[in-house]
Amino acid sequence: MGPFSFAVAEGECVGLTGRSGIGKSQLLRALTELIPFQGKLLLDGIPSSNFQAPEWRARVTMVPAESHWWYDTVGDHFAVVADTESMARDLAFLGLDPQVRGWEVSRLSTGEKQRLALLRALQNEPIVLLLDEPSSALDAHNTELLEEFVATYRERTGASVVWVSHDPEQLQRVSARVLRMEPDGLTEIFDSSAGR
Amino acid sequence: MNLISLSSFDLAIAASLLVVLSFFSMLLSLGLEKKIILLSCRMTAQLLLIGLVLRYLFASGSLLLVLLMATVMLLAAGREVWARQRRKIAGISGYTLSIGAMFVSSFSVTVLALVVIIRVDPWYTPQYAIPLLGMLLGNTMTGISLAMDRMTDQLYTLRGVIEQRLLLGQTWQEASRDIRSDCMRTGMIPIINSMAAAGLVSLPGMMTGQILSGTPPVEAVKYQILIMFLIAAGTGFGVICAIWMSGLLLFDKRHRLRLEILKGSAK
Repeated sequence: MGPFSFAVAEGECVGLTGRSGIGKSQLLRALTELIPFQGKLLLDGIPSSNFQAPEWRARVTMVPAESHWWYDTVGDHFAVVADTESMARDLAFLGLDPQVRGWEVSRLSTGEKQRLALLRALQNEPIVLLLDEPSSALDAHNTELLEEFVATYRERTGASVVWVSHDPEQLQRVSARVLRMEPDGLTEIFDSSAGR
Repeated sequence: MNLISLSSFDLAIAASLLVVLSFFSMLLSLGLEKKIILLSCRMTAQLLLIGLVLRYLFASGSLLLVLLMATVMLLAAGREVWARQRRKIAGISGYTLSIGAMFVSSFSVTVLALVVIIRVDPWYTPQYAIPLLGMLLGNTMTGISLAMDRMTDQLYTLRGVIEQRLLLGQTWQEASRDIRSDCMRTGMIPIINSMAAAGLVSLPGMMTGQILSGTPPVEAVKYQILIMFLIAAGTGFGVICAIWMSGLLLFDKRHRLRLEILKGSAK
């Protein structure tokens, strides 16, 4: 793939699309420094190398397409000090059972895992959120809730979001700009002047 | 009681047992007869050779020769540990890692035992140094290769989990903590359990040998206790060291999991 660059403004959501296997997930992995890459990553003009990698990932985080869980219960994956009140609010927002923190992970459906993984990623209040097909396992209703949830987070914290999806309609709904990844780089394919 | 010297004829009687076994292997079509004959011949040759080497070494008692022999043994043990990995860290760093772990588990412990505990004079007296080192290398090898094998295997299988934990802002140490302690336990548990069986289920080889050659049982037992302590401690420190160094090699400065340095695959 040829060299390319792109920027995401504060509070902006950018859609990212492109055929399967083109390297969208790899791009997100590079942005979170999970894989080595050539080039420069800047956050508010500060290069990523100025941060310790864990600090960088607390600010620039990704919700992978497939969620992973390593403890038995859901709650163990969340910080003990997590504010229970706001957590309860978030759970309700996303249409999740308020008791879900006490559940066994093995009991969760794929869609529940997907939404909980998003909540888990937001614990550090990242200022850049990279979502890799975040609603692939959700029905229309829950997809709508999730889109609204991310928009609310973006407005509240001023976070920038990169949203990977194969659904052009979804990208038009959630993002002001859509980039398509092609073998020779990124092209902008949609720009809604209305913005969101 | 004096040691009864074994004649070649005595050994031949024992060997004839293997000939009979090969015959049974053919009868039951186990296909092992070639292996039995070949490997028993190989073992005989290896042991005879080491007998000659040791005779020469004991007679000379030179530090240089003892160190040379010890180094050869260490390199062979490191190679063996490395070869036993299913997914191994490729190249010279993987081999160095295995040797490093064996050095900690055996070399350092042997020197400590010679200088501080047995206080043999000079400390490198080959009659003590070589068998002690050999016993430590042989007995700590299993634990260390078990732990290292599990480490690479777990990191490979659970890389999604590790990366997820890294994404949450954890350091590589935090993200791999559960896996690392699990691997250390895997490496240490066999030797810890073998302490429970010693004397009840198994009469350890070294003690048996000493008793056969006329050492009073209580003296032989004391040496055996010493050896068991050294093996357990050596295995433990070697395993900790091996897992820690594996972590340093498999994660880079940017706290990235670098599985591409592994080669080979588990079937």
